[in-house]
Amino acid sequence: MRHGSLRCSLNVAVMACFLAITASQAMADDETVIHITAKKFEYSLRTLTLKKGVPVVIEVTALDRVHGFNLPDFGVRTDVLPGKVTRIRFTPDKTGEFVFFCDVFCGDGHEQMSGVLTVKD
Amino acid sequence: MDNKIDRRQFLKLSGLGGVVFASGLSGWANAAKKSEQDEFYFVQLSDTHWGFNGPKVNPDAANTLKKAVAAVNALEQAPDFVVFTGDLTHTTDDPKLRRARMAEFRDIVSALKVKEVRFMPGEHDAALDRGEAYQEFFGKLNYTFDHKGVHFIVLDNVSDPGASLGEAQLAWLKQDLKQMRRDAPIVVLTHRPLFDLYPQWDWATRDGAAAIKLLMPYKNVTVFYGHIHQEHHHQTGHIAHHAAQSLIFPLPAPGSVPKRAPLPWDAEQPYKGIGFRSVEADVKDAYYKIAELPVPKG
Repeated sequence: MRHGSLRCSLNVAVMACFLAITASQAMADDETVIHITAKKFEYSLRTLTLKKGVPVVIEVTALDRVHGFNLPDFGVRTDVLPGKVTRIRFTPDKTGEFVFFCDVFCGDGHEQMSGVLTVKD
Repeated sequence: MDNKIDRRQFLKLSGLGGVVFASGLSGWANAAKKSEQDEFYFVQLSDTHWGFNGPKVNPDAANTLKKAVAAVNALEQAPDFVVFTGDLTHTTDDPKLRRARMAEFRDIVSALKVKEVRFMPGEHDAALDRGEAYQEFFGKLNYTFDHKGVHFIVLDNVSDPGASLGEAQLAWLKQDLKQMRRDAPIVVLTHRPLFDLYPQWDWATRDGAAAIKLLMPYKNVTVFYGHIHQEHHHQTGHIAHHAAQSLIFPLPAPGSVPKRAPLPWDAEQPYKGIGFRSVEADVKDAYYKIAELPVPKG
């Protein structure tokens, strides 16, 4: 009986784990994933278009030195390191045009390192 | 000679005219009772960007700083001191050129006929090497000094390329403020705005709110800064923040256009939007009268 009970508990645990992974995968499948590279003094994408309410993952990496990625209207910012993919996950909850920019001073031209995110219904 | 400055005559004395902005709590009502020791004035120069080359926004860049120095020297009454609030030089990746620009800048401003000149870095001077070259030429990145009863605190929010003051400097600020009376006149000098002026253009200091929180218990705090290349006035509670014009090119008003690009040179109105300021301090009332002064066109 004790063995049967233990097997049953394990099965429940495995099932719960499976369901959790499936749910997580389903959530990830709904996300929009965007890849961006950063180098002096530009991002590989200067314009982004997203849909309101749809979760997004922005994967950003630097090609030359440390940069920043700051999207203040959504409270999103991160350092962007060379050779490392940094993931920013958020859900746009308002429509309009919003500026993103490098906020780690990177030289003459730093002030022009920016882009525009458009969020549509 | 009577060195006391009559505020009503101040602009006449300066010989340049300009816009006057008053900042403080109690005004000039008791002006007649003030003694010479209670008043002084200083000049704020900012964002000179020595080494910048961009004929479309300033075809006279090689002469602008020199003209500003001449304009300060032409003031009928010399200020007690001059302060440069950052971006003395325009940034460069080349450490040798950075130092050459700093040496040239230092030579030019050595012509100022004033007893004292104070400096602080901007991100163009200090962010690429965390202030290494700057300190060789101009000394500490953050420091304090006292003048006729006013406690001046110079904060460095630029040598960290991410525009933070940092834990160590905030602890230093906290320790410095501990010695001050709550009603002491305090002036903070810094480069970037300590408050979120317009984060979409990076016109903020990442941990500036922490500095403002430390300053908030003190009744008479005023902040003078640069970075945004235009006159701007803002209050966070009782703390006034005054941004100065640049001495190289003006930038648009926060959020007024999609990009924070320099405003083009206006041949019809050369030097429009470029200038410096005088700050007349009434120590007892912690009151500051600001006059925005132009760079002479000639």
